[in-house]
Amino acid sequence: MKDFRRIALFALLIGAVPFFTQSGVVLNFVMTALYACLLSQAWNVLGGFGGQFSFGHALFFGTGAYVQAIAQMQWGLSPWVALPLAMAFAAGVGAFVGAASFRYGLKGSYFALVTLAFAEVFRIVATSVPFTGAGVGLMLPLQESAANMQFANRSGFIWLMLGLVTLALCVTAWLKASRFGAYLQAVRDNEDAARAIGVNPFKVKLVATILSGGLMGAGGAFYVQVFQYIDPGIAFGSHTSVEALVGAIVGGLGTLWGPLLGAVSLHILADLTRNLFGQLPGINMVIYGVVLIGIVMFLPRGIAGLGTITPLQWLRGNKPVDGEKP
Amino acid sequence: MSALLHIDGVGKSFGGLKAVQNVSLSVTEGRLSALIGPNGAGKTTLFALMSGFIVPDTGRVRFAGQDITGQAPHLNARMGLTRTFQIVQPFAAQTVRENIAVGAHLHLPARAQALEFAESVAQRVGLTPQLDKLASDLTVAGRKRLELARALATRPRLLLLDEVLAGLNPQEIAEMIPVVQSIAQSGVTVLMIEHVMQAVMSLAQEVWVLAQGQLIAHGTPAEVTNNKAVVEAYLGHGTAERLQKNVAKALAAQEAQP
Repeated sequence: MKDFRRIALFALLIGAVPFFTQSGVVLNFVMTALYACLLSQAWNVLGGFGGQFSFGHALFFGTGAYVQAIAQMQWGLSPWVALPLAMAFAAGVGAFVGAASFRYGLKGSYFALVTLAFAEVFRIVATSVPFTGAGVGLMLPLQESAANMQFANRSGFIWLMLGLVTLALCVTAWLKASRFGAYLQAVRDNEDAARAIGVNPFKVKLVATILSGGLMGAGGAFYVQVFQYIDPGIAFGSHTSVEALVGAIVGGLGTLWGPLLGAVSLHILADLTRNLFGQLPGINMVIYGVVLIGIVMFLPRGIAGLGTITPLQWLRGNKPVDGEKP
Repeated sequence: MSALLHIDGVGKSFGGLKAVQNVSLSVTEGRLSALIGPNGAGKTTLFALMSGFIVPDTGRVRFAGQDITGQAPHLNARMGLTRTFQIVQPFAAQTVRENIAVGAHLHLPARAQALEFAESVAQRVGLTPQLDKLASDLTVAGRKRLELARALATRPRLLLLDEVLAGLNPQEIAEMIPVVQSIAQSGVTVLMIEHVMQAVMSLAQEVWVLAQGQLIAHGTPAEVTNNKAVVEAYLGHGTAERLQKNVAKALAAQEAQP
């Protein structure tokens, strides 16, 4: 309950930002930061709470993005109908990949590789088939109106994104306070022990993948609405997967606010490096890598875990608890 | 008194190793029974076969009148058959209360109820002072209790305890024995694997002995410890005779001295 109150407060605070500033820089920052938060929070559902490290969350992102574009351009649907549809399709892809991997007991690095492979397969398929516009991609026609989910200024997008982030936060808060969440964390910590006391690990991990995939799909749909363009590289490329997982790991796995903190910190960092080293495209990925190594070594519980350890422990390199995935 | 768990001709091989061969036994409802045997006899494998972690190559497993051969462990747990692990398997990143609550969730979907029930289970196994500790911060004795508590929270009909006393010091064993006893007295049928003979003698009403994957003896603790095959399985071929001779010599010496 306390968590839900905090989420409501968070939504009110961020939702009020557009009333206080008209600065394009600030509003753009808030929007893209919220977008990064959604990706990390989606990844956190499966990676943080479920301990299943996916390297291919772009799979769900891309599915959501393409469904959002295709539903409008080829099926003639309203974007407001397309958004839940995009989430449903991404969740469906999650169900398929989850069922295929967990049916055969894939864990750890094997699961990571399989998700990565699936994302690549989807990228190649999207490059080849006609209905995704192949390598050219899809360009959404520009028709600015709220009914068309194309807002004249950033505030509309901020509120839309805030709604999605709030949804993701509510899902996470529910994980912390429900039987399903307890089962999911039990499977993460020790699958055999969980089985012995009545937990069906296959079902639990599958549902987590579906939830995570659906939220990630919303991120993809949002991307299409903002940038009005999608191609296979953007949709299924590994940078989206990396952005999602680094944000969650840096912020703190399996926590409510950690992925938010992580995503925002990385976002600030990426913006700074882009300003400082503008002539080096992709430098932010290098910085992500360095930050990730630092966090895994010194702060395995992420930024959200900062308050729980003493500076001395921090200096000694606080080790993760047995069984907790780094 | 009926058989709660009945296994019939169960066998399992791992490649060329026959871990368990043609084992049949019945666990009587309401009893506390023990399964003993030398290291590597196949006791833990037999537990895994009973609880569904391993599917037997041959034979059938029946629980509460139903055939559960090859049924997944979580479904067995729902029917009331729960096991613990010899190598304790806590959910390390969670508190003791949360650990036990996972077991309690089997019958209590609501989080608050499960956490509340976890407290009462913790009290039964003497974990109340540690409720808010992380499972990873517990001592070995604490982890063994946690293992027991988590299984108990599922409200089992049959509890398979795999060496809950292993690795404990004599005082901790003495503290743990009444806990196991009280669980059995509360109506839970218990089958325990145990090496600590002091515990087997004082707790078990019935004992099976497994050696090299086969059952070699069955009876009360006293019967089993006097069984020649059992002594030889533990101490080697010919030892039973030598021991008997030694005992006879000692008796003769006693008689000779007035």
